Amino acid sequence: MKSKVALTGNEAVAQAMRQINPDVVAAYPITPSTEVVQMFSSFVNNGQVDTEFVAVESEHSAMSATIGASAAGARAMTCTSSQGLAYMFEVVYVAASMRLPIVFPVVNRALSAPINIHCDHSDAMGIKQSGVIQLFSENAQEAYDNMIQAIRIAEHPDVLLPVSVNYDGFITSHALDVLEILDDETVRNFIGEYHPQEALLNTKEKISMGNFDMYDYYFEHKYQQVDAMENAKRVIEEVGKEYAKISGRSYGLIDAYKLDDADLAIVVLNSAAGSAKGVCDELRAKGLKVGVLKPRVFRPFPHEAIVDALKGVKAVAVLDRAETFSTLGGPMFLDVRTSLYDLKADIKVVNYVYGLGGRDLRLEDIEQVYNDLADIVKTGRVDKFVRYLGLRE
Amino acid sequence: MTPFNTNFGQGRSREGIRPDMNWRELTKAGNIYEPGNANTYETGDWRTIRPIWNKERCINCLICWRYCPDASIISTDGKFDCFDYKHCKGCGICANVCPTHAIDMISEDEIDKQKEASKNEE
Repeated sequence: MKSKVALTGNEAVAQAMRQINPDVVAAYPITPSTEVVQMFSSFVNNGQVDTEFVAVESEHSAMSATIGASAAGARAMTCTSSQGLAYMFEVVYVAASMRLPIVFPVVNRALSAPINIHCDHSDAMGIKQSGVIQLFSENAQEAYDNMIQAIRIAEHPDVLLPVSVNYDGFITSHALDVLEILDDETVRNFIGEYHPQEALLNTKEKISMGNFDMYDYYFEHKYQQVDAMENAKRVIEEVGKEYAKISGRSYGLIDAYKLDDADLAIVVLNSAAGSAKGVCDELRAKGLKVGVLKPRVFRPFPHEAIVDALKGVKAVAVLDRAETFSTLGGPMFLDVRTSLYDLKADIKVVNYVYGLGGRDLRLEDIEQVYNDLADIVKTGRVDKFVRYLGLRE
Repeated sequence: MTPFNTNFGQGRSREGIRPDMNWRELTKAGNIYEPGNANTYETGDWRTIRPIWNKERCINCLICWRYCPDASIISTDGKFDCFDYKHCKGCGICANVCPTHAIDMISEDEIDKQKEASKNEE
């Protein structure tokens, strides 16, 4: 049984967490993710979940406590944004390296300074090399769906990695959206009861976790994580297909929108993909061959699927909601451009950094990007391959 | 779903780890399943100075045995027996705490040189 409801992104994610009913949640409030934990703590208080809720004193402690609980054998979760994720940074690596299937929503927000509470992806991009799987969500529905699937992805024995579920601060987290929620039993059957392979509290089997490595072992353990990330691509697709059976919504590594015959493509994460699809439809109505590629998974980077989806286009604009300060463009631009290199096709790939600190991405901005791409194809010339969309220049 | 037992992949070795094992053979994330395995990891080659026991001075108080952080003082029947040179890192704590100065710390280089010299004499 499914029900159509009006919820904010945070409410939808809190509902997903209620249905997942984790053993332990340790979290510290930070805008715009606070509501998730606040609502979840009321579920704990009202006896709607069996969760042990740990009100910790910082995000560093939040992830540390979650790691401890997960290593002990619990299904453990946390939730954060922005500075909170930055403060968690070193322990996020520990969660990934200890191969703990921790699922945690990251409600994307800019990083200080100047202090700013609004959406961009600087927080998520800070942990892109930590070994955590990163799912991105266009709207509240996808945030909810990603949360449920994340449990299965993280806990799959061929993966065993943390999964962060990203969605845009305020745009998705606080805006009311209409979505379909599955019933509790369907979700519980889908995620199944948690039986960890290994647990510190399993007194029948001796184990020591989080051990010291020298140069003679560390490298191999890092490669095991690479292998798990490679497996994750397969598992994410399998879980997505299975999820379609209970929800009617199917999920893969990428969402290729009207790309089959497209000449011009925009690659963009999260909520901006929705705006891009809207502009794409308008331009299609005028006869322009345009499309949108929304990576649902950013880590592992689905380069095979992206190359396959973009191999027929003439020009691509990658929209990044984060800077790298390398002067070589945003983080996703580098990955997309690198992925396309081996095609040896003459695809022009340009970058637009947009929306930093919550700056609106207007529909006219997106149309401008498509117009720029059309110019590039027409003239065969790229004047500037990194541009700043919506910046007062 | 792919049945995961067919693709269990990495990290299921429970036979202890060795540096000649590849990433598939090693345990997942370096997890350790057998207690007491520190003994198989020989740290003696970290040592640059070596403790040498002076039998005449030793009063068998075994303060060194208590202080040694690597359990490298071997005692038998409540008396000093020998050093475990396979694990002794040469930290010198034993020599420092010994009330009768019965332990000397000698440079490993010096010992090597002496060995070399005695070989040449032969």
